[in-house]
Amino acid sequence: MREGALLEARGLTKLYGPHVGCADVSFDLFPGEVLAIVGESGSGKSTLLSVLSTEMEPSDGAVSYRMRDGAVESLFDLDEARRRVLMRTDWGFIRQDAAQGLRMRVSAGGNVGERLMAVGQRHYGKIRASAEDWLARVEIDVARIDDKPTTFSGGMRQRLQIARNLVTHPRLVLMDEPTSGLDVSVQARLLDLIRGLVAELGLAVIIVTHDLAVARLLSHRIMVMRHGRVIETGLTDQVLDDPHEPYTQLLVSSVLAA
Amino acid sequence: MSAETTIETAGAPRGAADAATGYNFAYLDEQTKRMIRRAILKGIAIPGYQVPFASREMPMPYGWGTGGVQVTASVIGPDDVLKVIDQGSDDTTNAVSIRKFFARTAGVATTTHTAEATMIQTRHRIPEAPLREGQILVYQVPIPEPLRLLEPRETETRTLHALAEYGVMHVKLYEDIAQHGHIAKTYDYPVEVNGRYVMAPSPTPKFDNPKMEMSPALQLFGAGREQRIYAVPPYTRVRSLDFEDHPFTIQRFAEPCALCAATGVYLDEVVLDDRGGRMFVCSDSDHCEERRAAGHRGTMLAGAAGTENDHA
Repeated sequence: MREGALLEARGLTKLYGPHVGCADVSFDLFPGEVLAIVGESGSGKSTLLSVLSTEMEPSDGAVSYRMRDGAVESLFDLDEARRRVLMRTDWGFIRQDAAQGLRMRVSAGGNVGERLMAVGQRHYGKIRASAEDWLARVEIDVARIDDKPTTFSGGMRQRLQIARNLVTHPRLVLMDEPTSGLDVSVQARLLDLIRGLVAELGLAVIIVTHDLAVARLLSHRIMVMRHGRVIETGLTDQVLDDPHEPYTQLLVSSVLAA
Repeated sequence: MSAETTIETAGAPRGAADAATGYNFAYLDEQTKRMIRRAILKGIAIPGYQVPFASREMPMPYGWGTGGVQVTASVIGPDDVLKVIDQGSDDTTNAVSIRKFFARTAGVATTTHTAEATMIQTRHRIPEAPLREGQILVYQVPIPEPLRLLEPRETETRTLHALAEYGVMHVKLYEDIAQHGHIAKTYDYPVEVNGRYVMAPSPTPKFDNPKMEMSPALQLFGAGREQRIYAVPPYTRVRSLDFEDHPFTIQRFAEPCALCAATGVYLDEVVLDDRGGRMFVCSDSDHCEERRAAGHRGTMLAGAAGTENDHA
């Protein structure tokens, strides 16, 4: 693993029978770095994210991660207990559909507090204070702490998901199309919020999106995928302003100028 | 289990002269008892862990204590003295039927006195009188999985138990405090056994939870429909889940028992008429009767010493 890298993927391949989900994906991610994975629907972005989050085992390849104590571990060699602890303390996962990432029948405060209780906090007052603090940080009215996410708007749900994931101060956050399905002004606020939190907390982020504007706004580096393979990679501005691959050129040119 | 013990319970038992013929001792066949005893031994070895077992059809409906009956049938011996309670009472249909069932199929002596019993099968209460070493308390359990209402998938709850991931249990308690200002769960209150497994104590009132802690008696739990057996061995730590700033508390009653004047016991509310009349009376009928026999009189019996039989 390269000096200082947080995560290293090598030759990740996921096959669904004869069908290719993603093939031979390799990259390094450094602390505080935001990596965008872009491509059209069916290009393997979400498959790659599922493998990285250990929800699916890859058909081939390996992912190494540098733990808080500096030791490098291979994710798929960790036993399930340690992997789950890692997922709920050091990692976060913001899902496209907030209903999958939240407990919809549990209040906002309970949603934010769940990770704290899972790592052993047993003081109601302190858990509630953390929940209030995080709701304020993601710009949700603290008075709504006891409301269930079913009563929240789409943008609020996404912000609640962010609070729920960041409450244990993870070092790596995976995001799967966090802004899709939101209207443009809500998207803008959410992106602004994510950008602020990423900078403030020094988070490493892997964000999957089909929206190049999101990638440009948030990411430092970008990976373009097509048919399950990475076809172009580089600094975000470089790739978006001077795309080399014909497919990337097509993607960039098909963005509507506002 | 040694061959001797199997034979001892398998053969025609002493004192079983008036037991029904045509049944094996205590109804179940010996192979089934052996299977259930294995599950019980495993449960005792891993306190609070739910052991799957091949629950049998019993001559009673699910929900009436088929799990408890199978556990009792597997560990009862001819010298045992059996007590059966239902919500603390010795004389409800369920308690009477199960007591008669074992009197007929095992020919064992039965009692209503907690102190005389060597085995107590219970539905939803723990007797008020302290249990002693050598006694076995068998609980009838409807839903053995404490995480069930929070996580519907059995594969997932098993994983959560295996990894001791019980954060979701506290989310439930958190929600209670957020909504009601206190933990609103009053029965089947989850406990942590021996610092490891979170366990459902069956729908006993949380009033009884402290009695499970370091109890000298062996506590066995049988869930017939759900096919699970679990156990709390004698002298095992049983801690009710709570928060540091919202500690576990048991119910308190404003007035003593109307019949025996007992305080610090669990009381049932009995509606007397349709004009708001009500009385609070011991849920543990044996405890109440013993206190009255010892001369204690509650408000509704005060000055009515001669009419005790009307209430008995």
